[in-house]
Amino acid sequence: MMTILKFANPILGLVIAPFLLGVINRTKAVFAGRTGQPLLQPYYDIWKLLRKGAVYSRTTSWIFRAGPVLGLAVTLTAALLMPFGGIPAAIAFKGDLILFIYLFGLMRFFTVISAMDTGSSLEGMGASREVTFSAMSEPALLIGLAAIAKCTGYISLTQMFSSVVPELWLRSGPALVLAGVALLIVFLAENCRIPVDDPNTHLELTMIHEVMALDHGGPDFGFILYSAALKMWLLGQILIGIAVPIHTGNVWLDTPAAIAGMLLLAVVVGVIESSMARLRLLHVPQLLIGATTLSVLALVLR
Amino acid sequence: MSLFLWGLAIIIIGGLASLFSGRKPGLATFLGSVSVVVGSVIAVVPAFKVLLTGSIESLQLNWSVPSGSFFIQIDPISALFLIPILGLTAVAAIYGAEYLWAYREKKNLGVPWFFYNLLLAGMMLVVVARNGLLFLVAWEIMSLASFFLVTFEYEKPMVRQAGWIYLIATHIGTAFLIVFFILLGRHAGSLDFDKVSEIPSSLASILFVLAVIGFGTKAGFMPFHVWLPYAHPAAPSHVSAVMSGVMIKTGVYGLVRALTLLGMPPVWWCWALIAIGAISGVLGVLFALAQHDLKRLLAYHSVENIGIITIGLGVGLLGINMNSPTLAILGFGGGLLHVINHAVFKGLLFLGAGAVLHSSGTGHIDLLGGLIKRMPVTAFTFLVGSIAISGLPPLNGFISEFLIYLGVFKNGFAGGFESIIPALVVIGSLALIGGLALACFTKAFGVIFLGEPRSNYAKQVHEVGFCMKSSMVILATLCVLLGICSPWVIKSAENVIFEITSIPLETIQTELAATSAVLMNIVIISLVLLGLTITFAVLRKLMLSTRGIRQVGTWDCGYAKPDARMQYTAASFAQPLTDLFKMFLRSLKKISPVKGIFPAQSAFHTDTSDISEKYMYQPLFSWVSSSFSRLRWLQQGRLQIYILYIALTLWILLIWKLM
Repeated sequence: MMTILKFANPILGLVIAPFLLGVINRTKAVFAGRTGQPLLQPYYDIWKLLRKGAVYSRTTSWIFRAGPVLGLAVTLTAALLMPFGGIPAAIAFKGDLILFIYLFGLMRFFTVISAMDTGSSLEGMGASREVTFSAMSEPALLIGLAAIAKCTGYISLTQMFSSVVPELWLRSGPALVLAGVALLIVFLAENCRIPVDDPNTHLELTMIHEVMALDHGGPDFGFILYSAALKMWLLGQILIGIAVPIHTGNVWLDTPAAIAGMLLLAVVVGVIESSMARLRLLHVPQLLIGATTLSVLALVLR
Repeated sequence: MSLFLWGLAIIIIGGLASLFSGRKPGLATFLGSVSVVVGSVIAVVPAFKVLLTGSIESLQLNWSVPSGSFFIQIDPISALFLIPILGLTAVAAIYGAEYLWAYREKKNLGVPWFFYNLLLAGMMLVVVARNGLLFLVAWEIMSLASFFLVTFEYEKPMVRQAGWIYLIATHIGTAFLIVFFILLGRHAGSLDFDKVSEIPSSLASILFVLAVIGFGTKAGFMPFHVWLPYAHPAAPSHVSAVMSGVMIKTGVYGLVRALTLLGMPPVWWCWALIAIGAISGVLGVLFALAQHDLKRLLAYHSVENIGIITIGLGVGLLGINMNSPTLAILGFGGGLLHVINHAVFKGLLFLGAGAVLHSSGTGHIDLLGGLIKRMPVTAFTFLVGSIAISGLPPLNGFISEFLIYLGVFKNGFAGGFESIIPALVVIGSLALIGGLALACFTKAFGVIFLGEPRSNYAKQVHEVGFCMKSSMVILATLCVLLGICSPWVIKSAENVIFEITSIPLETIQTELAATSAVLMNIVIISLVLLGLTITFAVLRKLMLSTRGIRQVGTWDCGYAKPDARMQYTAASFAQPLTDLFKMFLRSLKKISPVKGIFPAQSAFHTDTSDISEKYMYQPLFSWVSSSFSRLRWLQQGRLQIYILYIALTLWILLIWKLM
């Protein structure tokens, strides 16, 4: 039982993560007055892609093929570091939050170079925007987590989130709110949601993340979609870890609460996407610098 | 100690022999490179012994120079710097044997080998010298030997200019060091380092500033870094690797040694080092991002990495000041481990840049592209180096940055406002540096090695030969090994940290054991990552094995005639970031925009010159030269007048003495 629990987060992630996308899409459909696609559509998409053949550009090399494989491996590995609900992470140690963030850096490195491997100027453009925005969001993310570490007194993700209880909210509520807002902005930026990137856009010139995967197809693209869903699942858990301070110690109470929190987060993302437009690309850095400022305030606040 | 001297002797004799056999390029190359490799292997033995056991070996001989003595000593700090110096120089010598071979018709190969061996001997002496005068002599040998190596291709005006800038910059640094040693020696009564004790705090602060400027010029602190972006691209690539990988580290060594001599640090030293590190780190990587020349880009990255090292030293010093062993141990541990890591991956990247330059004939990033198909080994090793320098797991660059982060996260928030601000600066700047370095190296790797060739330079490339390939493979393997073996590597730092911080050895051992356990978890995660990657790769292969795979052109939105020149270039890739930070970069842009319905021609060109060169040194030097030109009237060109000057001087001195 304990060994299975250790791998709960990767397994739960593999099962539930695409569902979050379904919830976001359904929320948006409700707001737009549409029926919308089935809630399980992301699963159908990934399944369909995994059964297809592949088409490769003549320009590409092994980098292009390695990118999606590595991306999926990185997200699953990162899932081992993240606690979920009442379940501690499979591997927890002091400073694991730094490794967690840097693992996504490794994934980004390969996503970007496999986009550049095609030699397409559109994909180069997407890659360039990706590195720009992630360089801006990285300080916000790390300083935000440092603020939470300071509030809780722990620097391991498992201990950090399990000590976020209602009393902590009473004691250092302002800092947690500031860090939470900053991390929400980072969450939206890293997962390519509005107001930073629009996953529904169909114009190559305006896309960021989608355009980098323009030449990928078949199982490779299936891997990319799956790892994107998993990344959203994992980064969402940082937010849920702060925002849902239900850590009673009872796994059967905490885990459903966390799952409910994740679904609520998906609804919130859907609401944000329905109620605001995407920012001009030039204004995205300002948003991210704003997030960094909030993180800094959260860290300095006592 | 005797093994060290034997190694030194072999290197010097090999260099001289190479110089005298310069007519026969084969013999000169053989003597030069083999003596470096053999000498390094011999001399590295005592270094490892001292590092692991913590014993100290010294030798003191009389030297008939006033206040000089031939006093050398290998302690753990020296050993830590000796190992990368010997290792990287030996690997780069193997590479250089093939790299310089292309010049055998045009040049006398004995000369560069002689100076190469001399450079190595100089660096070895710098880190073991324990007498101020001996240190300065070794420092000058190192600086001058590297000057002659930088100006190897002296027929090119660019190279001569680079050599000139380097020569001036290094001597400005040395001037500060001379003052440093004079002040230190006047206080201690001797130039031997072991005589220094109990420096009063006002003198210590002056000495600290002198050391930061003097050693910082060699290390490449902003704004004293101006020589790096000129000298590194001009030198032959294996020399750039050595200069950037280990020679600038002698500046770091000097600073560390000075800190051990100066005693208890006041808190502003720590803040100063953290601030210098953060500024050098962030601005270094920003300027790197704006460069179009590969070696110039790498030179700016040296500034960035020296910044990270300095942040580590600052954090360590803060730990001493705040009496927090954790902070001190992790700060110095991370900073010094980064010294070794940077030597490995920066050496690798410069060798890779040399391979690109060697086979394509250009280092201009925007003219290259698609090299991965013709140069698979170079591309792979360059990729390893790029991931390592971006500080990404599981390679070595991540480990040293992680240690600095860990120190700050563990103990940086404890002391209220005064410790939160430095912690904030360290975390924020390391995160920003990481993000920007990723941007810079995806740009460099992506534009050079991926996509389609952008010019004929990139079409005619071929893989380099065995010597060059094998030295790059050795360094790439080391990048992986230093990452995977980090739990054991960090334990070997205990004696060095003890020597610097004087924290009880037991405290250091406990802290390092805890750190080692943390790193072990990172290693496990790395192995899981490797396992999962292999699993998914096999899975993908199985899935695709029975299905159709087609090869087509890249998706181009239905455009009829795509061209390699339509690809994103390095300049366009970096443009959003360089625009965002234009306040610092002040790039010059030349745009002839698209005009009319049928535009004939348009162009876009950017050029980023160095701010501190443009706004600090150029005004300073022009002020100096204009104020000196006011003294021109003294110089009449008549012998009688000059004799009058001499007589007057003597007369004044005589009167002064009599009074």
